[in-house]
Amino acid sequence: MRWPGRWQDTLLRYLPAVAVFVAVLAAWELAGSSTVLPRPSAIGSALVENWSSGRWPLFEAARNTLTEALIGLGLGTMLGVLTGAAVARWATARDAVLPIAIAANAVPIIAFAPIMNLWFGATNPLSKAAIAAVLVFFPIFINVVRGLSAVDPAAIELMRAFAASEGAILRKVRIPTALPYFLTGLKVSTTLCLIGAIVGEYFGGASDVIGRVVVQSASALRWDVTWAAILFGAVAGIALYLVVVGIERVVIPWHASVRGEEAR
Amino acid sequence: MSEPNAVVRVSGIHKTFRVSGGVTTALAGIDLEINQGEFVSLIGPSGCGKSTLLRLIGDLTQPSAGSVIVNGKPADRARRDRDYGIVFQAPVLFDWRTVEENVRLPLELLGMSRSKREERSREMLALVELADFARHYPYQLSGGMQQRVSIARALALEPAILLMDEPFGALDEMTRERMNSEVLRIWEKTGTTVVFVTHSIPEAVFLSSRVVVMSARPGRITRVIEIDVARPRTFETREDRRYFERITDVREALRGHSGEDPTGLDRAAAEGVT
Repeated sequence: MRWPGRWQDTLLRYLPAVAVFVAVLAAWELAGSSTVLPRPSAIGSALVENWSSGRWPLFEAARNTLTEALIGLGLGTMLGVLTGAAVARWATARDAVLPIAIAANAVPIIAFAPIMNLWFGATNPLSKAAIAAVLVFFPIFINVVRGLSAVDPAAIELMRAFAASEGAILRKVRIPTALPYFLTGLKVSTTLCLIGAIVGEYFGGASDVIGRVVVQSASALRWDVTWAAILFGAVAGIALYLVVVGIERVVIPWHASVRGEEAR
Repeated sequence: MSEPNAVVRVSGIHKTFRVSGGVTTALAGIDLEINQGEFVSLIGPSGCGKSTLLRLIGDLTQPSAGSVIVNGKPADRARRDRDYGIVFQAPVLFDWRTVEENVRLPLELLGMSRSKREERSREMLALVELADFARHYPYQLSGGMQQRVSIARALALEPAILLMDEPFGALDEMTRERMNSEVLRIWEKTGTTVVFVTHSIPEAVFLSSRVVVMSARPGRITRVIEIDVARPRTFETREDRRYFERITDVREALRGHSGEDPTGLDRAAAEGVT
């Protein structure tokens, strides 16, 4: 008897998921109709037809939406890191910002989309990026605060015994401790920034974006195109998420969350 | 009666903590001198302030009254001069650094050149017999090995004084005995002065040149026992008659105090000592 190697291990690990996926696709193909639930094959051909031409060039739309989402992700991450660092550093900042941030998080941010259109102009990509940024801000902020506060007091004491400066403690202890938390926040944010951008687009603006394609193709009863657009959004979300997972493997290979995936 | 070569000179230390509903006295009237190259253990029941005393010596906390002189200067000056190596009960290794990078941490803080750092970390890892694990991450090591890394890190700066706060408290008995021999070997090789906090009577007697016995509420020194067991101390030492006699001495010193204690509280506390 031969023990399965690494390659076979990987295959065995993903086999159930692949089998379920294929089964669902097959059932969908059989049960689908042209209106309520377009068949995967129909969605596929809509995808090919509208890739870069026709009334709804999907690839263009996906690229524009992704750009909005990434600008939002960048802005939200920057703001989240800065505020989080300030709150973790200064008690006064904590007392001033934390209650407001928690209250603000309870507000359904999406409801602000029309106001962002008013502020930035509906056709300005910044109006969508702004919603994405606000959505991204909170998970980044909270994770940075948690990460910077999660430092082992004994580690600080050790650094003090070695007469380390506050700057050295920040660089050598606090930031490395906070990194896994930050990256967790970033993973959550990859999905949030796309949600922010696409939902923002529902409230109007330039038509060459995923959200507008979804709305317009649906009202034109071209459900196959609607599904193809959603598929584009899904792929973009998964891709962004995988990029962050890749960053994790490079930046924090020592962390349990990364190690665990390799050992399993 | 100041010894001229005292590395640590603790005099008239009082330490009180503010707690909800008042003030507790952790240490009351502590005087202690530790000489160059000595191995001194602090032992006593929980709450006797032995860890607090160690932290006072290391300038990790400040006395309410009294003074701590290390290497002829105030403790805070000694700390800034990097005269200390410290080992806690937990290894406190940084997960994101390999074994050798952990050992190099204090050298980086000192601003030592890269080549010197590498040379020193190699020496230190050889000293604790972990040269083969230099590139491993802490999670890949056992508890005893992690603690050896933390000892190597503490010794990397060749500190005048090594402070160890129950360093083997979290290890199993077998590993603990092995680590005891290890620490003695390192101590004999480096000649560092060691202050060692422990709950364990056999450990204190096996390692020390002197054992400082403390009592609780308030924390004070009740007896200082010279351990005249021959060196080098080996596996046979643990079956030596004199070793057992000193263990009995320490045990009686720990109990002795409770004879004067009508409440019997200290006896209960003393029995928490293994």
